[in-house]
Amino acid sequence: MGKITKEFIIQNELGFHARPAALFVKTANSFQSKILVKKGKEEVDGKSIINLLTLAAAKGEKITVTAKGKDADAAIGDLKKILSEIFKG
Amino acid sequence: MLKLEGIGVSSGIAMGKIFLLKDLISSIPSYSIKKSQIPGEIKRLKKALAKTEKEIKKIQGKVRGEFKKEARIFDVHLLIVKDKRMFEKVVQRLKKKRVNVESAFAFVAQEFISGFAQINVDYLRERRIDIEDVAKRILHNLLGLQRKSLSRLQEKRVIIAHNLSPSETASMSKDKVIAFATDMGGKTSHTAIMARALEIPAVVGLKEITSKVQNEDFIIIDGNRGLVIINPDQETLESYKEKEEHLFVVKKDLSILKDLPCQTKDGRRIKLRTNIELPQEIDHLSSYGAEGIGLYRTEFFYLNRKDLPSEEEQYHFYRKAAEKVNPYPVIIRTLDIGGDKFASSLQISSELNPFLGWRAIRFCLARPDIFKAQLRAILRASPFGNLKIMYPMISGIEELRKANNLLREAKTELKSEGKEFNDNLDIGMMIETPSAAMTADILAKEANFFSIGTNDLIQYSIAVDRVNEKTAYLYEPAHPAILRLIRNTIKASHQEKIWVEMCGEMASEPSFALLLLGLEIDALSMTPFAIPRIKKLIRQVNFQEAKEFAKTVLSLETGKEVMDYSNAFYQKKELFDEKNG
Repeated sequence: MGKITKEFIIQNELGFHARPAALFVKTANSFQSKILVKKGKEEVDGKSIINLLTLAAAKGEKITVTAKGKDADAAIGDLKKILSEIFKG
Repeated sequence: MLKLEGIGVSSGIAMGKIFLLKDLISSIPSYSIKKSQIPGEIKRLKKALAKTEKEIKKIQGKVRGEFKKEARIFDVHLLIVKDKRMFEKVVQRLKKKRVNVESAFAFVAQEFISGFAQINVDYLRERRIDIEDVAKRILHNLLGLQRKSLSRLQEKRVIIAHNLSPSETASMSKDKVIAFATDMGGKTSHTAIMARALEIPAVVGLKEITSKVQNEDFIIIDGNRGLVIINPDQETLESYKEKEEHLFVVKKDLSILKDLPCQTKDGRRIKLRTNIELPQEIDHLSSYGAEGIGLYRTEFFYLNRKDLPSEEEQYHFYRKAAEKVNPYPVIIRTLDIGGDKFASSLQISSELNPFLGWRAIRFCLARPDIFKAQLRAILRASPFGNLKIMYPMISGIEELRKANNLLREAKTELKSEGKEFNDNLDIGMMIETPSAAMTADILAKEANFFSIGTNDLIQYSIAVDRVNEKTAYLYEPAHPAILRLIRNTIKASHQEKIWVEMCGEMASEPSFALLLLGLEIDALSMTPFAIPRIKKLIRQVNFQEAKEFAKTVLSLETGKEVMDYSNAFYQKKELFDEKNG
């Protein structure tokens, strides 16, 4: 059981709004690992679109993504890719 | 078993499964469930989610072709439907609180939605609309059926609602609706009128029936007594089945009357006509022995659509009615929109006092484009039968003149276009404002006939809202003020040698038939199924005694005195009133 944590700074104008959140959630759901997203003290389920939308991560804010489980490595890898694509615009 | 008492507004008895019409989220029914019901509730949730997913995919497929970018938002919606957190939360609440799944879901959805309120970034906060949108869809599916699907009811149902709007009743599949029961409403509310037109029982003013029932409950609607019985026991059910049978037999007896003339024992004839709400109703008129249509409502053309009806479309319907009912008359009432009937195409903004506001003829005179299209359509249909035009809500002679000016313009136009019409068709007007009733002598000089609309006349004269249950008790057709206005209107019209009919609810009440006969009304127009009852009564009495009866009634001081005297008279003469049968 692996556990990997990685920090990201939200860089795109609209932050974690609907479509980036959708992309993130879709990717997260393709893995068995538990995916958690933390902003400040609040930590939510990265596989839940509703949770991610209510987390409301805006431009410039820091989020911490944690993956726990067998495929944690791969999950973080893919999520990192997704996030950098989102941040490209 | 639960009995609720309301106001019976359309007679008869019906029983069956209910269909609950609900305003969403805020008014979701909440009830407790047994532990054994939990798996069933979860299954319902799963089903509703699956159905919602399908719906969204379908919409997405449609949108994708034209608006690629917009279609992507549905990806978000799909993820919301499949959101495991939401699902778990609902199940958790369902188990913990032992409540039905709709109520658990509505609670969770509301919690999520209010979570968005705390977000301080505008565009992120706005995403709540996506949650709301999806939550509503899911709730619709959880409740089994939705408002829109009234047009697609699969089996016969009793419709339960807070209040039924004209657009809702207009979109119902008529053959599947067997009764109405509503929280709101009184004797002349739209629900009541519609129920009588459809000949189905209805009980209104039940105050809280929508919170006492759930979809799939079994219910008995007793329109005669104003009672509803939810989930009746075996004994009650049996006794009602018997009553239903009995009523059927009574109805059959009355149908024998249809070919007999409506005439008193001493030879006074009065005409019985019908009120029509929807064009389809014309088809079964002949089975009631009606002598024409005394009120052909035209609002249905304008309700439930985004565009305006064309002259051509209206012409087609008017012509069909004229041909079908010929040689009897069809009295077409021009657009009576406003009040409680609104059409999206007409953009009448909401008013503080809609019944005193921009409605009916007031609206039509301000929008000659719409009004003239209707007048032209009626004129063009006039050669095909016996059509008459009737203006609603006339409050004084100027309005009548203005309407007639527009009619003249329409005629001139048609002439120059070489289109045929009956230049002599009768032009009448409704007497439904106190001001019109009091100036009937002036109006009678420039109209060919009057039609007394008692529903509005009563509410305007007594200044009482006919839908408000708190004031409904003041709504009294037997109020001496109303009886005097009716008497004056009839007298004034006969002095000018024009005829007068009554098309309000009062015309269909056997308890008023003797009085109206005695006041020398020329015709009564009512919902078709009321015709045999009224005819039976008229055939049992003498015109002379009716006149004396009316004279006494007009000397009484209160509505209650009128009803008491009338009931005693009916009993003495053994005039039937099977209202309580």
